[in-house]
Amino acid sequence: MSAMLEVRNVARAFGGVKALNGVNLTVEKGSITGLIGPNGSGKTTLFNVMTGYVSPDAGTVTFNGKDITGARPNAVFAMGIGRTFQMTRIFSRITVLENMLVATQRPESWLRGLTRSMSSPEELETAMEWLKFVGLDGKSHLEAGSLSYGQRKLLELAYVLVANPDVIMLDEPAGGVNLTLINEIGEKIQALNEQGKTFLVVEHNMEFVMKICHTVTVMHQGRDLCSGPPAEVRSNPAVLDAYLGGGDEDEDEEVPA
Amino acid sequence: MSDSNFVTFSGVFAGYGGGDVLKDVAFSVPKGGITTIVGPNGSGKSTLLKTVSGLVRPRLGEIMFKGQNLVGLNARQILRLGVVQVPQNHSLFKEMTVEENVELGAFLVKDRSVIASRLKTIKEMFPIVAERANDKAGALSGGQQRLVEFARCLMLEPELVVLDEPSMGLDPKTLKVMFATVKMMNEAGRTVLLVEQNARQALKMSHYGVVLENGHVRLSGSGHEVLNHPEIGALYLGGALSSSPASTAPAESAGEA
Repeated sequence: MSAMLEVRNVARAFGGVKALNGVNLTVEKGSITGLIGPNGSGKTTLFNVMTGYVSPDAGTVTFNGKDITGARPNAVFAMGIGRTFQMTRIFSRITVLENMLVATQRPESWLRGLTRSMSSPEELETAMEWLKFVGLDGKSHLEAGSLSYGQRKLLELAYVLVANPDVIMLDEPAGGVNLTLINEIGEKIQALNEQGKTFLVVEHNMEFVMKICHTVTVMHQGRDLCSGPPAEVRSNPAVLDAYLGGGDEDEDEEVPA
Repeated sequence: MSDSNFVTFSGVFAGYGGGDVLKDVAFSVPKGGITTIVGPNGSGKSTLLKTVSGLVRPRLGEIMFKGQNLVGLNARQILRLGVVQVPQNHSLFKEMTVEENVELGAFLVKDRSVIASRLKTIKEMFPIVAERANDKAGALSGGQQRLVEFARCLMLEPELVVLDEPSMGLDPKTLKVMFATVKMMNEAGRTVLLVEQNARQALKMSHYGVVLENGHVRLSGSGHEVLNHPEIGALYLGGALSSSPASTAPAESAGEA
């Protein structure tokens, strides 16, 4: 495997707050890489830097060896890096299916996207297949704004998958999603990974992270605290202290009468 | 009014104009307990909570609370009766201080001395409110903001606290603190009605569980019964409990390492 995405010494401050303070991250080609860390440790800011939504004060981001630091979000997307957002960003006044069709236009020029009026039958079919996977096929004709919070997250997941990027960055795909569907999403990610897709996943659901990720980087206070295989990271005392919290797991067994 | 019928839904139909989201919902919330509503994305959980707090008015049916029908009352009237909801999205005023935000929770109370004494009690229950009193709410992490929202909702001394996915976006360590805080509020005499996708952990601490499916109550019973129901487990809880020992809470996974 070789590094597909590399983040080196990236720093970014918002006012006096150092959201990122010299963070490093490597995403190997063909891997499912997990990014975990406490609330406020800088995970989403790092995603924003990597995808061009926020420019860093220092440091570099490279994609397949090419420096993409400071590239615009549309340029990053066109290169084949797709992402979802923790707080979903869908077009709420058009239908669920129309949202999906917008996403299929990635490989084309913007002019072609503007001038064409129809989506091909293949595009429609692929869009419906992904909607079916996330359980939204019955809602394809509804305004996306009428979806519940959890359903919007699922639409966004389908949206990024239908765009078919090479690297898929997911910001809390399991947040607000029911537990059985979380397992199905995990299996789908693994299947796509076997077909060659690379994933970078931010997630607080540790069971999910441990099950699907090959390697995990832990962030704390704007830096990478450690990286390694999930089992190794999970037993790292610094991670237990900063992120997982330890010592009171018996409490979970308690069932009130 | 019997204690087992603190809040009673009967024949509730509600939606947003494009068909009913809730279809003939009927169940009771017993007094003094924690009741958790679980179910797939889009089953109507958030809508159900909104009918209790007056944000969505049912088309048909009754919601009886302390001998009064909540259907037809507005949100403010329902607040006065002692029902307070903490919404799904973060709802603090970010530019105001933590203490100002908490004080706003008592906006229906005119007597300054009552507000001051409640604030004092709240600061004892929630150390974060005392420690960060003069910081802007927006400077707190997501988990800390959640606790301040809990603190704020108690300023009206509600009898029923309604929580819509309180675990959303919280890291594992903060999640434990949040669930412990829900328990603490309940032990302090508040009846709690909540919706959770983190269903296993929520049901473990709940006295009662309700499964909502496509706008209907599929099952209601003790938290334990719902948690151990094989079919419900497979459909919505990530696998039946008995056949899936791997499906443990994050805290437990951390403990094994």
